[in-house]
Amino acid sequence: MKKLSARRRHPLAALVVLLLALACTGGLYAVFAPADKAQADETAQSLTIEEGKKLYTVGCASCHGTGGQGTSDGPSLVGVGAAAVDFQVSTGRMPAATSQAAQIPRKKNIYSQAEIDQLAAYIASLGAGPAVPTEEQYGPEGADAAKGGELFRNNCAQCHNFTGKGGALTHGKYAPDLEGVTPKHIYEAMLTGPQNMPSFPDSTLSEQNKKDVIAYLNAVNGEETESYGGLALGGIGPVAEGLFAWIFGLGALIAVAVWVAARTAKAKKS
Amino acid sequence: MSTTTSTDSRARGKAPAGERVADWADGRLGIYSLAKANMRKIFPDHWSFMLGEICLYSFIIIILTGVYLTLFFHPSMNEVEYHGSYVPLQGQLMSEAYKSTLDISFDVRGGLLIRQIHHWAALIFVAGMFVHMMRVFFTGAFRKPREINWLFGFLLLVLGMFTGFTGYSLPDDLLSGTGIRFMEGAILSVPIVGTYLSFFLFGGEFPGDDFVARFFSIHVLLLPGIMLGLVVAHLILVFYHKHTQFPGPGKTNKNVVGMPLLPVYMAKAGGFFFLVFGVIAAVAAIATVNPIWAIGPYRPDMVSTGAQPDWYMGFSEGLVRVMPGWEINFWGHTLVLGVFIPLMIFPLVLVAIAVYPFIESWVTGDKREHHILDRPRNAPTRTAFGVAWMTLYFVLLIGGGNDIWATHFHLSINAITWFVRIAFFVAPVVAFVVTKRICLGLQRRDKEKVLHGRESGIIKRLPHGEFIEVHEPLSQEQLYTLTAHEQPKPLELGPEVDENGVRRKVKASEKLRAKLSKGFYGEESQIPKPTVEEYKEITSGHGHH
Amino acid sequence: MSSQDIPEENLPAAQDTSHGAVKLADEQNPFADPGLPPHEPRVQDIDERAAKRSERTVALLFTVSMLATVGFIASYVTIPVDKAVYIWPLGHISALNFALGMTLGLALFCIGAGAVHWARTLMSDHELADERHPIEAAPEVRAKVMDDFRQGAKESVIGRRKLIRNTMFGALALVPLSGVVLLRDLGPLPGTKLRHTLWSKGKLLVNMNTNEPLRPSDLIVGSLTFAKPEGLEEHDHGFQNEIAKAALMLVRIQPDDIKDKRALEWSHEGILAYSKICTHVGCPISLYEQQTHHALCPCHQSTFDLADGAKVIFGPAGHPLPQLRIGVNDEGYLEALGDFEEPVGPAFWERG
Repeated sequence: MKKLSARRRHPLAALVVLLLALACTGGLYAVFAPADKAQADETAQSLTIEEGKKLYTVGCASCHGTGGQGTSDGPSLVGVGAAAVDFQVSTGRMPAATSQAAQIPRKKNIYSQAEIDQLAAYIASLGAGPAVPTEEQYGPEGADAAKGGELFRNNCAQCHNFTGKGGALTHGKYAPDLEGVTPKHIYEAMLTGPQNMPSFPDSTLSEQNKKDVIAYLNAVNGEETESYGGLALGGIGPVAEGLFAWIFGLGALIAVAVWVAARTAKAKKS
Repeated sequence: MSTTTSTDSRARGKAPAGERVADWADGRLGIYSLAKANMRKIFPDHWSFMLGEICLYSFIIIILTGVYLTLFFHPSMNEVEYHGSYVPLQGQLMSEAYKSTLDISFDVRGGLLIRQIHHWAALIFVAGMFVHMMRVFFTGAFRKPREINWLFGFLLLVLGMFTGFTGYSLPDDLLSGTGIRFMEGAILSVPIVGTYLSFFLFGGEFPGDDFVARFFSIHVLLLPGIMLGLVVAHLILVFYHKHTQFPGPGKTNKNVVGMPLLPVYMAKAGGFFFLVFGVIAAVAAIATVNPIWAIGPYRPDMVSTGAQPDWYMGFSEGLVRVMPGWEINFWGHTLVLGVFIPLMIFPLVLVAIAVYPFIESWVTGDKREHHILDRPRNAPTRTAFGVAWMTLYFVLLIGGGNDIWATHFHLSINAITWFVRIAFFVAPVVAFVVTKRICLGLQRRDKEKVLHGRESGIIKRLPHGEFIEVHEPLSQEQLYTLTAHEQPKPLELGPEVDENGVRRKVKASEKLRAKLSKGFYGEESQIPKPTVEEYKEITSGHGHH
Repeated sequence: MSSQDIPEENLPAAQDTSHGAVKLADEQNPFADPGLPPHEPRVQDIDERAAKRSERTVALLFTVSMLATVGFIASYVTIPVDKAVYIWPLGHISALNFALGMTLGLALFCIGAGAVHWARTLMSDHELADERHPIEAAPEVRAKVMDDFRQGAKESVIGRRKLIRNTMFGALALVPLSGVVLLRDLGPLPGTKLRHTLWSKGKLLVNMNTNEPLRPSDLIVGSLTFAKPEGLEEHDHGFQNEIAKAALMLVRIQPDDIKDKRALEWSHEGILAYSKICTHVGCPISLYEQQTHHALCPCHQSTFDLADGAKVIFGPAGHPLPQLRIGVNDEGYLEALGDFEEPVGPAFWERG
């Protein structure tokens, strides 16, 4: 102790003490303060999950099982992630009326966004899965619509048609029309592969790719999309064009022909 | 000689300029003799006689707009990067053919309109030919002396289909490329020579660098050239034979009643060209056709759902879609029946209607000229055959669009395919039977009308309290029109033994012919038309009832 | 088979031959042809004011056509080619296309309508009858033609000098062969080109979307990915021909769900690599239903069960999609273990 007491008066001692004190305070803060915040978040999170579980028990458990493990009426939800929940519930597909139909259609959504978030949090807590994408991921900044077009024709058009007008699958199943589907939902669908749609995870269709696809869809199947030549006729190709040519094209011409060949009205006999 | 001099001197005199030009032309072309027969030629008035004109005029419109399009279109498959006006394709690799089609649509002012007029007119052209052919068929206008003209028309329909198909393929977009790929697969299925044909057509492996340029010369030169020749021949024969007419008072097999070419038909037919062009231009202004920019450039590893050809190829698409996938492997070879059978039925469907006139004339043994049209009901077997054929055609069209019907009517694509498979065999038979019955019913109604008069809608109460509807007798014109048709008797084989008691040999073809003849004209195939005696007995008897 | 086979009485009575002549109805035949009905005048025939009205209508139509043509030229000059407008109910459409089409349509239609209205209301509407003449030549004419032909044939001595005739037919039959031979260079012979693709042992599977080689962990169960052989780039000459054969569809299925033993063997941990080209007529097939493991062709609806060796379960395709045998190289990337063992795409005669 002698040594220590001898050096206590060293001119640099004050500096050393100050540094030590600073280090300790910083360290302590580093250890305790965030922990407090994390604890608070955790409490909020567990509350959300708790709320989500309640909603789940009421609306989902009858088909997907009380713990999300799945039953004969619905698949397991362990590991599907928040993105899948957000897509299925906010497009109204879940809860489904029946599991017997060929495909579960888009319906009116019956949950608020807060409730959907709670449900998503609960399902995400059952097993890791894709998270709900942020606006930065699906927004228009930095997107290349032309590249998106190429990606769309390679990965999506075979089911959804050139410009996303939808198409038929086997036994009454179908790929839906993508008009009016929000960018977020399109992103989630690519990410999670709802129902019979295959998934396109970031490892095979990168985040940038997904952004491009959404930009392309927005350009060719949005509300403001120009159909330069006139009526788009549903954008489904030659069947609609053929019907139009027969009914309105040839139909109009035959109507004209009837007028050309008809007898002119005769003067009434007085 | 003296007459020539005198006319010459007259022409050099005070004759108006137009006359002098005509004289000049006549001296070299003989136009006066031509005009003598044709200038006041009579054409009967009926809207259905103008269906052929719709085809003629849309053909002319297609040629006019097509020439314009060739000024801008580059029939080349060189790969280029796109940097034109359409944003969602910026920087994409595409063939020059596709790029120049984009430029026609977005950078040439009016280019889009001309492209759309060209395509709409093509769709309407083939539809018009189809309806025109059905009019000729159901009224029996194909009978002697017009069988050859029927064949010319049929060839025009087939060539029109293929000209349309090659034109649809030129822009090299994803949809047309898929169609070409299908064609390549179909050619590959041909036994023995399939692969060679495919390699020769595409200049090697699919897709290669050649097919757009090759299809271009087929589309703009070869096929339209043949069609132009056939159209001219078709029209010359129409003039030469003079038009058919519907039965009616004053109309006989030896006259043609109507209006003269000059001036009425000059104005009506000439005006109709402008009407057709005007309607098609308006259609092209309000409705998109084949928006290739939305479809994207062709890549053999990409595709879209709803991949269909234009409507006139739809029935062949149906044949291919509903065919089961039969494939036979033997001795190191493959017989691709699943593709080859539809490929063979495709021409057979068309030929079935094309040869009908010859079958009918063989069965009936009728070698006379016919210029008065049949009302379809008075030829029940022919009408039933025509409806059966159309039913087959439309069933196959449904098959060709099975995916579109599935999504729009919420049906299963598999169920539609099975429906078409069954209907392919059943529906034509049902249509035949039903149509024949309807025709006979209409014949009976005609007979009722002739014998008992027209239902006037006036209800009369008789003195003893009974209510009856007053039937008005038909006018002489109506009586004539309803009874003017002929009713041939079925062919009979005659006695099986000749006068010496020796069995006569009857050829199998004779027996078949007698059977068919009975089918055409037997008791179950026509209602005997009222006779003068029946009519007199009823009208002289208890009045109109 | 000629009409002579048919007894005369079975043919219907010849049509009325009194072409156009009015045969009045009489006691004997109430069904007789009453002849052409008398001409009835139109309003325009008897009322000069109505005729004047028609004249003005026709002139108005022609005038509207002129104005529409002026409108067409004005639209062409003033409307920018890329301007879009909203027109109910057509939607957002090109202003120029609509303006040009409508004015052109109107200009043409009015010419036609004017001409037809003129013909219908002002030109004479008296029905006239033309006589028809039989198309067959009279017997004398026929006899004369036959005589002339025989005379000509005789003078040519073709019937007598058979050698000339036969060699001429031979020469005429052979000469078109030159034209057929000329078609030979339309394309090369098929050889074995349809049997081979760019895939070979060790070629990496490159993701179509990102252009990066794929690792097994990139592909999750239920996903769908398309791959091309390493080294094939979109800008290469011949890309189209190569991708038409080499395009690959990758799916991952739980190995327990894979029913076909060979398919499982050729897969890598449930990653199955099938040709993307339909075996029916060659459409790129890729409508993959991840729950049923069925892949549907968008062109003709051939359906393949990817969990069962891509067997055909519906539609017109005749054999399964060829499978590419894959594995993982030392660096952990997916690689091909060879080319497809059978030709990809539509079947053909030499396929065997």
